[in-house]
Amino acid sequence: MDVKTATPPIVQLEGVAKAYGGAVALAQLDLEVRTGEFFTLLGPSGSGKTTTLRLIAGFERPDRGRILLDGADVASLPPFARAVNTVFQDYALFPHLTLIENVAYGLRAKKMPKAQAHAEAEKALAAVKLAAYGSRKPAQLSGGQRQRVALARAMVNKPRVLLLDEPLGALDLKLRHQMQAELKRLQHDTGITFIYVTHDQDEALSMSDRIAVFSQGRIEQVGTPFDLYERPASEFVADFVGSSNLLGRALLRPEKIRLLPADAPVAAGEVARPGVVREAIYLGAVTRYQVALDDGSELAVMEANTVPLSDHLRLGSGSRILAVWPQSAAMTIGNQGEIP
Amino acid sequence: MDPARVWERDAPTSKLVESPCRASLSQTRTNGVWASGPVGVEGAKPLAFFLTMSAPLRALSSLSWRRGWVGVLSLLALPAVWFGGLYLAAIGAMFLTSFWTVDDFSGDLIPGFSLVNFRALLADPTYAHIAERTIGIAAAVTLTDIVLAWPVAFAMVRLAGPRLRAGMMAAVLIPLWSSYLARVYAWRLILSHDGVLNWALAEVGLPGLHIGYSNWAMWIVFSYLWLPFMILPVAAAVERIPPSLLEASADLGAHGLSTFRRVMLPMALPGMVAGAISTFSLTLGDYVTPMLVGGEGSDFIGNVVYSNVGVTNNIPFAAAYAVLPLCVMAGFLLVARKLGAFDAL
Repeated sequence: MDVKTATPPIVQLEGVAKAYGGAVALAQLDLEVRTGEFFTLLGPSGSGKTTTLRLIAGFERPDRGRILLDGADVASLPPFARAVNTVFQDYALFPHLTLIENVAYGLRAKKMPKAQAHAEAEKALAAVKLAAYGSRKPAQLSGGQRQRVALARAMVNKPRVLLLDEPLGALDLKLRHQMQAELKRLQHDTGITFIYVTHDQDEALSMSDRIAVFSQGRIEQVGTPFDLYERPASEFVADFVGSSNLLGRALLRPEKIRLLPADAPVAAGEVARPGVVREAIYLGAVTRYQVALDDGSELAVMEANTVPLSDHLRLGSGSRILAVWPQSAAMTIGNQGEIP
Repeated sequence: MDPARVWERDAPTSKLVESPCRASLSQTRTNGVWASGPVGVEGAKPLAFFLTMSAPLRALSSLSWRRGWVGVLSLLALPAVWFGGLYLAAIGAMFLTSFWTVDDFSGDLIPGFSLVNFRALLADPTYAHIAERTIGIAAAVTLTDIVLAWPVAFAMVRLAGPRLRAGMMAAVLIPLWSSYLARVYAWRLILSHDGVLNWALAEVGLPGLHIGYSNWAMWIVFSYLWLPFMILPVAAAVERIPPSLLEASADLGAHGLSTFRRVMLPMALPGMVAGAISTFSLTLGDYVTPMLVGGEGSDFIGNVVYSNVGVTNNIPFAAAYAVLPLCVMAGFLLVARKLGAFDAL
């Protein structure tokens, strides 16, 4: 099913705990990242995902536990002795150095001769389409360009693992989508293991081979995007990854519900509940309905706008409808079975 | 709602106003309309007064919002008078005077244009020696203070917690509150032949040092005196370096010393230059410390200027010699600009 299951682990965290003063940032964390995968740490701010990344990079030391890189414990090694590189949230480019000098920094630190280091740096800059900008300073670049320099500066060292700390957070939406594709391509072409921190669930779903969902210093679930969305292990995961309706103990994704005329026939294997549309919000590609069911519960429904709409929505506020979904679409949390 | 009444409620006297006594008073006055008119007006008097007084200020404020230069001008007027009228004029006067001469018999100043003072300065190698000593010690003091300031500044802004940091800041600043003379005299007691330093050395069985009243003494005392003026700008510069840059350097494989040399040092250069301008120029212009802790033949440029003004009464010659540190400082600033020290201004 997953081609990556066969590859050996490259980063392992075993029983790692970290507290700042009295505040627990990570409580007893176990995590395994496999060689060559695009692994995402997803969670709200303060959930421990960035702390985990900083522990792997070596900027923080764990209070307890082991951090293995290629099977060797690196928990007591300083950052400069670890074969990982980081792309920082604020890019952390050296403002007094040119782009070439920035990208060559890591190679020079490892005593590569200057001419060779600059040649390598030029190649790395060309790989992120900034070949012509080598002699500029970071202040002369746009946010997106700086982001690419930060990427080149980390990748040029050919790290065993590349750590990315919300690298696209400061970019606008369009550029972010572009860079998501770019990152995915770079990861695929180089085969370097990526560990990617984000709080953006769309970003996580679209890029990752596997995702660890963090909440309050713990991992709620580790799995493929498919696992997380279709089989969330907890209410938190169900709510944080995508939006969801909770009907009793059952979970129902808004896009799996159809709104039919009140008198429509119901097929076998489908659940149907009558209700009234309370609100309809046009979002371009989709329309979002808020439905009040007759049994008193509320449903959010997402409907793709597949046919051209003139100037009004298919259903307005107050329309009586029948909300219909396949029986198999409603799941119990932490269980893959369906609600009868 | 009546604004005057709102103001009145917020005022500290509002309890008084709402007391039954005042209420009945106002009610009689206002024919039963509670606090709608007269009381409000009476209570608002200070506010109205304030508004009238502030009208010209408000007008000025509006004007400077419409015409930006008005604001700039009104802020700069006083400093401009100070800077232009006193500071630049004094330097100009000094520059002019350096070309004047003194009547040997009457001692009167003779205005004019003569290079006789500059010729006299060049003719006697003593003046060149004194200039060399002054500039050399100023440079040595500056380098010493840079070396001493770095660990203090770094520990203060990067390692210390808030309490230790405040303590260190106080320790750096407190000496500046005591008299300069008291501090120099204290060093005399430490460095003289039978002073604290030699007594301590003798106690641990080491031979005494003979550095009292020498260039060494001046170097030590100047370095001590001006150290705070180096620590503060270096600390400010170190504080401005984003911590992520130091992490990035470590992440890219550079150890601590390499990060210091390749990231911190160049990024804190403006701070070091700012500090160096202070330590260098303060040493260059001083004449009290050489007098108190310098030995025979430890004169600075300032001492020559001092004796020519006070003793020999040859002000034009003093002015001519004083042009030299001015030129040195101008050269220093040019080099600093070349190094990019003012790019951040």
